[in-house]
Amino acid sequence: MATSSRLDAKVPQGPLETKWSKYRSSVPLVNPANKRNLEIIVIGTGLAGASAAATLAELGYKVKAFCFQDSPRRAHSIAAQGGINAAKNYQNDGDSIYRLFYDTIKGGDYRAREGNVHRLAEVSGSIIDQCVAAGVPFAREYGGLLSNRSFGGTQVQRTFYAAGQTGQQLLLGAYSGLQRQVGMGTVKMYNRHEMLDIVNIDGKCRGIIARDLVTGQLERHAAHAVLLCSGGYGNVFYLSTNAMGSNVTAAWKAHKRGAFFGNPCFTQIHPTCIPVSGEHQSKLTLMSESLRNDGRIWVPKAKNDTRPGNEIPEEERDYYLERRYPAFGNLVPRDIASRAAKERCDAGYGVGASKLAVFLDFAAAVERYGRGEANKNNIHNPSDADIIIWGKAVVKEKYGNLFDMYKQITGEDPYEVPMRIYPAVHYTMGGLWVDYNLMTTVPGLYALGEANFSDHGANRLGASALMQGLADGYFVIPYTIGAYLANEIRTGKISTDHEAFVSTEKEVKDRIEKLITIQGKTSPEVYHRRLGKIMWDKCGMARNEQGLKEAITEIRALRKDFWSDVKVMGKINEFNPELDKANRVADFIELGELMCLDALDRNESCGGHFREEFQTEEGEAMRDDENYMYVSAWEHKGPEEWELHKEDLVYENIKIAQRSYK
Amino acid sequence: MEGNMSLSLKVWRQSDKNTAGAFENYKLDGVSPDMSFLEMFDVLNEQLIEEGKVPIAFDHDCREGICGSCAMFINGRPHGPLKGVTTCQLHMRSFNDGDTIVVEPWRAKAFPVIKDLVVDRDAFDRIMSAGGFVSVNTGNAQDANSLPIPKEAADEAFSAAACIACGACVAACKNASAMLFVSAKVSQLALLPQGQAERNIRAEKMVAQMDSEGFGACTNTGACSAECPKEISMVNIARLNREYIGAKFSSTAV
Ligand SMILES: Cc1cc2nc3c(=O)[nH]c(=O)nc-3n(C[C@H](O)[C@H](O)[C@H](O)COP(=O)(O)OP(=O)(O)OC[C@H]3O[C@@H](n4cnc5c(N)ncnc54)[C@H](O)[C@@H]3O)c2cc1C
Ligand code: SF4
Ligand code: FES
Repeated sequence: MATSSRLDAKVPQGPLETKWSKYRSSVPLVNPANKRNLEIIVIGTGLAGASAAATLAELGYKVKAFCFQDSPRRAHSIAAQGGINAAKNYQNDGDSIYRLFYDTIKGGDYRAREGNVHRLAEVSGSIIDQCVAAGVPFAREYGGLLSNRSFGGTQVQRTFYAAGQTGQQLLLGAYSGLQRQVGMGTVKMYNRHEMLDIVNIDGKCRGIIARDLVTGQLERHAAHAVLLCSGGYGNVFYLSTNAMGSNVTAAWKAHKRGAFFGNPCFTQIHPTCIPVSGEHQSKLTLMSESLRNDGRIWVPKAKNDTRPGNEIPEEERDYYLERRYPAFGNLVPRDIASRAAKERCDAGYGVGASKLAVFLDFAAAVERYGRGEANKNNIHNPSDADIIIWGKAVVKEKYGNLFDMYKQITGEDPYEVPMRIYPAVHYTMGGLWVDYNLMTTVPGLYALGEANFSDHGANRLGASALMQGLADGYFVIPYTIGAYLANEIRTGKISTDHEAFVSTEKEVKDRIEKLITIQGKTSPEVYHRRLGKIMWDKCGMARNEQGLKEAITEIRALRKDFWSDVKVMGKINEFNPELDKANRVADFIELGELMCLDALDRNESCGGHFREEFQTEEGEAMRDDENYMYVSAWEHKGPEEWELHKEDLVYENIKIAQRSYK
Repeated sequence: MEGNMSLSLKVWRQSDKNTAGAFENYKLDGVSPDMSFLEMFDVLNEQLIEEGKVPIAFDHDCREGICGSCAMFINGRPHGPLKGVTTCQLHMRSFNDGDTIVVEPWRAKAFPVIKDLVVDRDAFDRIMSAGGFVSVNTGNAQDANSLPIPKEAADEAFSAAACIACGACVAACKNASAMLFVSAKVSQLALLPQGQAERNIRAEKMVAQMDSEGFGACTNTGACSAECPKEISMVNIARLNREYIGAKFSSTAV
């Protein structure tokens, strides 16, 4: 194999440990007077976008930021629960930058780029410093120092958290920095705006076309660089843990105008989510991975055991993760935990009405914490009842909001009965292909956060998405963008009257008019649900050649059907969520096809990508390093047509091995 | 059809901010008690689309009670009947078969209606821009553990920081005051050492911006905290008052 000549990752030469520090000190700078004349558009105000927009404005660039919600603070990052990793080694348990780097590469099943991942581990500590300085109220110990918890795929405690609301607190920190710049006039914020295309002039990205979602008007915005921080595309599956509005449109439009799409089939299915309860279901709710610190996962040893969980005696329970993976137990990585749950349910051991669920049980943790509290307070003969009361109080402090949410959704009290959980679509490792500078294959167009194909290979470790989003926005792009913008100081102001703006706007306008004039019989929601079913059944937790081929045929038919029979109510020039949805669903349908194509190309199993044809005798993913140790970067060539480019992955610092958590 | 509840809904319809709105009545059958309130609205909207009518616009995103988007005034109460629960986390098992449910947007001068149940809450962002931050540029921070913070202070700051900016406090208040929202942010930062340098100016500027947005005065009725889905405490308002008076006493900044 050899890397395609169209892909240059631009990873600096030299030893791994000094690549970033050396590069950072040698990347071209832009002087303050020139910065004032350079405009940057940031699409998205999640952790990646808010941190990038605020930091670039602090540096002196002129920034415009966009989000489709009514406030930048409502970006999907707000919903992240469990925590954020950093190699601080505050617990003195042997953590280091190298170990975080190593865990991430291994967790990603050896499908991520070494240079990028090491940089991520290097800047992780500064993220925590920055957030604390901005007033983020992380959880603390009685001595006043920061507290840590464990997440999957690691044996150290390096996860910082704020109850089960870490994303909220981090985003509010980044958002407050953003609002400060908005107040100073250095960032202009466009809420309730949706980017619907990028505008390229002479091979460079020079701006966007956006729609004001309140008035329906199209707008042209020019800039010297555009940053897509538009999040992931898990909603292609219809049901996922993502917010309802999360969508692929920004990334997809960029893809159709030249940005290669990296590893589109790499999807993360999270093991612990509240199971589907009925047809009406609009989304799935995550129960944070942090719960696996304290919760034990099990199913009954007997098939079709219908007793309530707390009535099944200890010896009749199968703690299957502890049994299969004694070294990591309940804290194996997500892909492994998800497949193990599916295996048990497929074999007939599932629980609950649908039989598509396993138990996540806190009884042992309640008792352990209760005893701990008794000891702390010097109570020597506590009653069992008291132990349980104290234990529940500790569990409430750690996970209270998650338990409340579970109770609200299922009507069951998880303090009394074990939770029922099942895997659900959660995160997309795939995304726009970027080089070391985070630039896509379109010069001047960058992708940050979940929107890029990122540092997580074929499987992301828990608490690493928040880390990556803030690393990209706070500590990477502010430096790497200089490499491009230093050459743009003579460009001058870009006119939105340019022919490219006119023609791109017209294309967007035509598509919207087409959507609204079809006036068929089927709502965008119904198409979305149909697409989701195809994707989940045939490109979900397990995939095979035949299913993927069928899926491609079905998706193509769905696409045809959509463009002849979609029914979009309301008008163009008004607030119209139906039209917004139709636009997004149309792009999801096209993306679905590419995901299946990618999954079909990759004749191996790795991380979250599990091809049934390629597994070990014990049912573990079987990689094929000889033939597939590459990043897939797909170039869009026309409707239903793509060309695959490969970026070889070279491991100079890590010994590649069969991943084992036993 | 999935469930067996039948409902009568009276929903506020308004095509834009310049047009007068009115209630419309809808019948909905087959509602399951396991549906969330917003999923019930999804079903109603699908029914409207089938009938060739424009679906009801409402704000929502996370559907997990954390983004603060959803905002429905249900049977006279923001976010409906349950304490500490947002509209998206409210489930139909909290209602009975045959109920009539009245749904309106937030009503406040500072939150103009955009369409149906969707209102404009930009005023909150502008209040944040006035002072809801610590002025620290990226890259200036010291090691995070060089500044120990007593657990109680950190926990209390976190409780205040849990505000989701939904605006229910404003909708619940007869004066449409935004004091609970403002006090939550002022408290969070006043409780932490990082917030000390700008403590006075922050309180003054945020209150001044709040006043200029057209929110009403606070008369301490406590309806805000009682209806707040995140149960933000009235203690924060008392703290804001102290901060504000202290600030006014010592400065002439605003
Ligand atoms: C329930 C849940 C819990 C999670 N918990 C954790 C956790 O504990 N730890 C962890 O590390 N990770 C967690 N994750 C993953 C993590 O939250 C996300 O990967 C991360 O927040 C993504 O951030 P982002 O900045 O890339 O994008 P997002 O936060 O998704 O932001 C996207 C932004 O782009 C804007 N946007 C998108 N398209 C357009 C467009 N066309 N025009 C204009 N604006 C647009 C949106 O308005 C939004 O502002 C969790 C994810 C979920 C779903
Ligand atoms: S204080 Fe409570 S009611 Fe008011 S905006 Fe915040 S969360 Fe909503
Ligand atoms: S939709 Fe996010 S809080 Fe209700």
